[in-house]
Amino acid sequence: MVYLTRKIEFSASHLYHNPAFSAEENRRVFGKCNNPHGHGHNYVLEVTVAGEPDPATGMVLDLKELKDILQREVTDRMDHRFLNYEVPELAGQIPTCENIATVIWRLLEPKITRGHLSRVRLYETPDLFVDCYGDDGGAPAGKGAAR
Amino acid sequence: MRLQLWRRYRFSASHRLHSAQLGEDENRRVYGKCNNPYGHGHNYVVEVAVSGPVDPATGMIANLADLDAFVEREVIEPFDHKYLNEEIAEFQENVPTTEIVCIEIFNRLRPFPLARLERVRVEETERNSFEYAGEPQGANHE
Repeated sequence: MVYLTRKIEFSASHLYHNPAFSAEENRRVFGKCNNPHGHGHNYVLEVTVAGEPDPATGMVLDLKELKDILQREVTDRMDHRFLNYEVPELAGQIPTCENIATVIWRLLEPKITRGHLSRVRLYETPDLFVDCYGDDGGAPAGKGAAR
Repeated sequence: MRLQLWRRYRFSASHRLHSAQLGEDENRRVYGKCNNPYGHGHNYVVEVAVSGPVDPATGMIANLADLDAFVEREVIEPFDHKYLNEEIAEFQENVPTTEIVCIEIFNRLRPFPLARLERVRVEETERNSFEYAGEPQGANHE
């Protein structure tokens, strides 16, 4: 098994606000992230696909194909958007790193037809990131338990 | 699908690699420059991974304010700008290699009550890093 990782960036704004909470509770739970005007991040997304290299091409999957999938499913949807209002997949959810990574996983997983999606790592900042793994427990070499 | 939330922290500290179980020559041979009796320091980076269900009300595995406060209290405050060998009781008997520091940080963070501690990764420098995921999975060194 070989693990192939491609990295992209997108920039987007968001805010954390739960309409079921009082204004005071929203401020207490979400702190600065509750600013009603929103704020932004440069998100960095690392997508890892696992598979066996095709003997004819030497590739797990064509990077151009992966690049196009990421452009269509992630960049076109999320780059320079206000995540709360412009990404329907996040409607009704707090757009935390956990929830955005989950949405990205669900968007990408069915589109990866050569090899399989092994990990989605989404950095909100260099100091805060989320890993999303499939239920098979796959982890890229050197970054997790051996299979 | 499983999620892990990672958070990155930093502390700066000094240490000396010297084992009471080895003679002076053996210590110098095994630890080289790290055996300097005055010690030396690093800017350590600590990455902490936790897992658990995402609370639908907050979208969070754990509130970062809670995680940050816990890590600050258990690790950063006691370790930052300290001489690890002398000022951390656990390192008076165990040589504070970054392997041992990584395990100690994991043990200190394991009781975090609001999510499950999955893994601790410590960078001693940008070139050397160590990971520990507790037992029985065992340590995973990069």
